[in-house]
Amino acid sequence: MEATVVRTGTEGKTWGGGNQPLKASYGKMMMWFFILSDALTFSGFLAAYGFSRFKFIDSWPIADNVFTHFPFLHGVDAPMYYVAFMTFILIFSSVTMVLAVDAGHYMKQSKVILYLFLTIVGGFIFVGSQAWEWTNFIKGEYGAVLTKGGNVLQFVDGEGERVSINDLGVEIPGGVAEHERQNGIWFDTGETTNSFSLEEVMTGFKANEDVFVKTQVNKEDGTKTILSREESLNKLEKEGVGIVEGANLQHNEYGAPLFADFFFFITGFHGFHVFSGVMINIVIFFNVIIGTYERRGSYEMVEKVALYWHFVDLVWVFVFTFFYLV
Amino acid sequence: MAHDTTTGHHESAVKRIWTVFAILSVVTIVEVALGIIRPAFLEHTSFLAMKLLNWIFIILTLYKAYYITWAFMHMEHETKGLRRAVVWTALFLITYLIFILLTEGDYIYEVYKNGQVAWDF
Repeated sequence: MEATVVRTGTEGKTWGGGNQPLKASYGKMMMWFFILSDALTFSGFLAAYGFSRFKFIDSWPIADNVFTHFPFLHGVDAPMYYVAFMTFILIFSSVTMVLAVDAGHYMKQSKVILYLFLTIVGGFIFVGSQAWEWTNFIKGEYGAVLTKGGNVLQFVDGEGERVSINDLGVEIPGGVAEHERQNGIWFDTGETTNSFSLEEVMTGFKANEDVFVKTQVNKEDGTKTILSREESLNKLEKEGVGIVEGANLQHNEYGAPLFADFFFFITGFHGFHVFSGVMINIVIFFNVIIGTYERRGSYEMVEKVALYWHFVDLVWVFVFTFFYLV
Repeated sequence: MAHDTTTGHHESAVKRIWTVFAILSVVTIVEVALGIIRPAFLEHTSFLAMKLLNWIFIILTLYKAYYITWAFMHMEHETKGLRRAVVWTALFLITYLIFILLTEGDYIYEVYKNGQVAWDF
């Protein structure tokens, strides 16, 4: 029978087949192209965030006023410190990962195990920190008044320090009451109520001369506009329709609801990447322990997951810049 | 890339990792410090439709991204072909996307601001 081997005349040439022109294994190259496409996905999200921000450039929330918490420092205004800590955790876990890859090149199993373990621990700390950051953001701190146009009005005192609606509100008897289990025969869930109604906050505002309204409008110097006492009262009475506490996909006490939407979506998507990265790292970690790569004679698998792990760090560097710094 | 098994090469690779870690840490600390202090002259100087401070943040971020990709992800050891296939593709598409979306966003801002329809009622 005649041989059906196709001769193309390219045998022995770089792209003639049978060799690796890019000097990278199939798996590693595909990991690079996956990373490329994932990078484009993240860029799409971040560019969409930039689009919405440019659309509302003069009323976008200022990150320094939003993320101000640090564990065990209650009531202390500490912008950026916590997220800087998270960034360091992720950079450091990248370092231990690259050290694991390096140890793999020399077939040092025990070192690979140690460094991979540290990387996994770093990943868990980061995911935990992100959960904490989300909790604070969802819970909110000071609360705000919602306007008809969907904006929020916050309260500040004479020094420009934020005033919480919980300190401002005056309980009016017979106001909002939460529907409770004991009052209903068929009770599923009650409607969630705010700590104070708009009416109660208004009463408190009128009684307190040293409180002003801070609007979302950015001034030239990068701070928000604070209204005079008279303007404040006028604006509250004309536009106030309700109370916002915390942030979710519809309302955001810190400003534009879009800010909260993008925050949840982008950091959530990144957190999901970190989580799956940790899971993949754990699988590889156990493979290293049972000696799979020792028998295979190469730790290239560690290199491939390392590429993914570094990519997660790379994305965070950009998320950090565009959500917290710029 | 060929893996040298001599210890000399190994030590220099580990040394490079720690050097890069130091660079990334210093850049992050600078970013955070600038973010907290927000020097007035950087905040008020505008360059190409953006605050100078924001340009500094973005440039420092790209500097960090370069080190993560080149040193940690070993892009510096890959062949020219693979490197360009990944990096140039990403750079071109991302720059283009950012350009069109930000231009469009700014246009809509102008419409909201100067248009006849009130959106904050």
